[in-house]
Amino acid sequence: MAGDTNFTNDIEESHKGHSYQTADAQGGFDVIKSDELTGKYMNLDLVINRYANERGQLIRILQKAQDIFGYLPEEVQAYIAERTGTPVSEVHGVVTFYSLFSTEPKGKNVFNLCMGTACYVNGAQELMDALKRRLNIDEGETTPDKLFTLKSARCIGACGLAPVLVINEDVHGKTSSSDIEKIIQSIRKKGEKSANKKH
Amino acid sequence: MQIKSIEELKSLKEKHLPLIKQRLGHRNGLGLTQVLVCSGTACTSSESEDIRIRLEEEIQNMGLADNVRVLKTGCFGFCEYGPIVMVHPGEIFYCRVQPKDVKEIVETHITGGEIVERLLYMDKHEGKRVYSIKDINFFKSQKRIVLRNCGVINPEDIGEYVARDGYFALADVVINKRKEDVIEHISKSGLRGRGGAGFLTGKKWEITATQDVTPKYVVCNADEGDPGAFMDRSILEGDPHSVLEAMAIAGYCIGAKQGYIYVRAEYPIAVKRLEIAILQASEMGLLGNNLFNSSFSFMIELRFGAGAFVCGEETSLLHSIMGQRGEPRPRPPFPAQEGLWGKPTLINNVETFANVPVVLREGWEWYSGQGTSTSKGSKVFSLAGRIKNTGLIEVPMGTSLRTVIFDIGGGIPGNKKFKAVQTGGPSGGCIPEEFLDLPIDYESLKETGSMMGSGGMIVMDEENCMVDIARFYLEFSQDESCGRCTPCRIGTKRILEILKRITEGHGEMEDLELLEELSYDVRDASLCGLGQTAPNPVLSTMRYFRDEYIAHVRDKRCPAGVCKGLLHYTIDEAKCAACGLCAKVCAVQAITGGRGQPYRIDPEKCVKCAACAAKCPREAILKGYQKGRGKNNNTGILTGSGSTEDRAAL
Repeated sequence: MAGDTNFTNDIEESHKGHSYQTADAQGGFDVIKSDELTGKYMNLDLVINRYANERGQLIRILQKAQDIFGYLPEEVQAYIAERTGTPVSEVHGVVTFYSLFSTEPKGKNVFNLCMGTACYVNGAQELMDALKRRLNIDEGETTPDKLFTLKSARCIGACGLAPVLVINEDVHGKTSSSDIEKIIQSIRKKGEKSANKKH
Repeated sequence: MQIKSIEELKSLKEKHLPLIKQRLGHRNGLGLTQVLVCSGTACTSSESEDIRIRLEEEIQNMGLADNVRVLKTGCFGFCEYGPIVMVHPGEIFYCRVQPKDVKEIVETHITGGEIVERLLYMDKHEGKRVYSIKDINFFKSQKRIVLRNCGVINPEDIGEYVARDGYFALADVVINKRKEDVIEHISKSGLRGRGGAGFLTGKKWEITATQDVTPKYVVCNADEGDPGAFMDRSILEGDPHSVLEAMAIAGYCIGAKQGYIYVRAEYPIAVKRLEIAILQASEMGLLGNNLFNSSFSFMIELRFGAGAFVCGEETSLLHSIMGQRGEPRPRPPFPAQEGLWGKPTLINNVETFANVPVVLREGWEWYSGQGTSTSKGSKVFSLAGRIKNTGLIEVPMGTSLRTVIFDIGGGIPGNKKFKAVQTGGPSGGCIPEEFLDLPIDYESLKETGSMMGSGGMIVMDEENCMVDIARFYLEFSQDESCGRCTPCRIGTKRILEILKRITEGHGEMEDLELLEELSYDVRDASLCGLGQTAPNPVLSTMRYFRDEYIAHVRDKRCPAGVCKGLLHYTIDEAKCAACGLCAKVCAVQAITGGRGQPYRIDPEKCVKCAACAAKCPREAILKGYQKGRGKNNNTGILTGSGSTEDRAAL
């Protein structure tokens, strides 16, 4: 997150119901409606109340927090640190250690290409190259329109279907470069349709 | 209902036994048809859940609900042919079933009594369809000890586990046995840890039991991080209670009241099954306070991994359970002495635990009769890579690699030649063809420079480049290195740099010596298992495939045609029909040409994506090595210009 150092103030503000700002990956600002955010923090409070009394549940709390917020911005990390009585440095240390935690917001569609050995020997690297070219982003990045995030996954254990591409929760087995084209186009089309409906 | 005695356990078993017996092939005249749908991860990924729901709907609609039951079951192991649906009686085994086939199965088989031939497994050698699971080659050479319940019981119903003699070992231990005797029993069986290192399980239990510090903890390591390995996941998905029962037995023996299962969050189905299993066992009084009216109490909680390979290492795992960064620490003290929150902790792997109830029920004499002199029992392997029958298998220790790969695995697809099999994941090594008749056990695999590991087996054929495979594993280890100790943090990075250099065609002969030296240093000086074993893929490929390394370095040639830096695409002008399809598909506009004249690839622009080669209707686009290298006089090795004739000459 760019620039914000005094995050505890931000949290207090958000609880008072002021509009709350969060930096996106490009450094611009999206204004999120305060009641939506307050709701998220209320959900987080429920999680913390549920787990804070048990020893060693920091990872669980962070996982649930990521489910609620979609990612773990510094504000959320600081909030969890304060509520659980853990130093912020320790929370941040845990967040950056594990690959499942993300400190950046993710795109609407997360492409997780399995790079396990079985997928690799069956051509996952070529698929990854094709995806990078097609989406014009590198691994771990999100497209500027926030529609796609490209990630590589550790073995998901569906080796019989290698190479495997997981899009959000859906597993696509025996994927080829031409499948990728179809998938991306159908997502783009859906996105346009729903955008048209809104306007 | 709370179960407090063996008699109560027996009556629960009796209730569920007829259904189970039918699934095992008894024709007990139940007048009932059972349809089992595989609900493991691989089959679920190919819509098995949808199949199950449609089956239920269809059966409801046809008014067959009283006589037909549709059930979930664990992984059959035959993942290549999933989703799998099995119909009892008759053990009819349907492969690659799709949701649209449901209606036909119900109408033709269940109401009509006729088998749907086209969905049966096709034995290509014999050229005929196979009706029963018992006649499929994939299953013939297997011996299922740990996986005995996978594909037989519904993992979400504790009663079915009890009907397979589940929780009887726990009841017997808690009611009748002294803990010393149980530990001795496990020791005598010769059971060794299935997580990789192969430490004697009985010994581990004994060390933890003799610590006079309380409380103690039992931990199940279900952080299966090896790429290409899914044994533990399948056990948890198909037979979760076997792990719970074993953990409770371990708790009784070492004097622990609390157990933790550390499971990967990437395994949502396994997590769900475990949650259901723990809930059901607690409701039945098989976990909780005062089991079987004794003073022994045992609880199990789940803890979730968050994607860190190093957490499979036991001291890292403990840190992660305590909610910290999963970094290892030096041993001793061992976790058996100082583990979770500084207390003695017993850590075993999923498969090790799943063996325990069997060892106790069948007796150590029986168990130690299986396998080889140093490795007892069976081992579960996940077969993947360039192999026909990808899937999960279980064979007695001592079975040869050839049996596993060619008899059970069906060999290499597409008439390609076998090159190597990789065992032990990023910590293991590649075993070449000359060792195919080697019996699989802990010692023999170690001698080849590989290791048993947790049981991932990746088969590679002539189209896989061994230098590239070594690079792949090092990239994994380097990425997963936690950074705590210098040899691993920096050493793996430097090894990876050298390997990258070699695969990109910038390697020097001195690099090979440096690579070897560095590998030994990282192996000897790293703090934990990750670093100590990370160079294994490099060392083993250098040992058996040194000629491939030399080809990359000296001749700037990748014999398998994988390393892009050494590849070069050309268009065979004689074959080219100038259709322009290649130019159209090229993402970087590297191909130029026009009507009536052959197309050309600009090597400067080409990113070697092979999209053009895939599109060309005349197979005019050739993959070859860098031009202008010619014959190397020093070695006599011909480094072709890329044409097929040159390749044939090699």
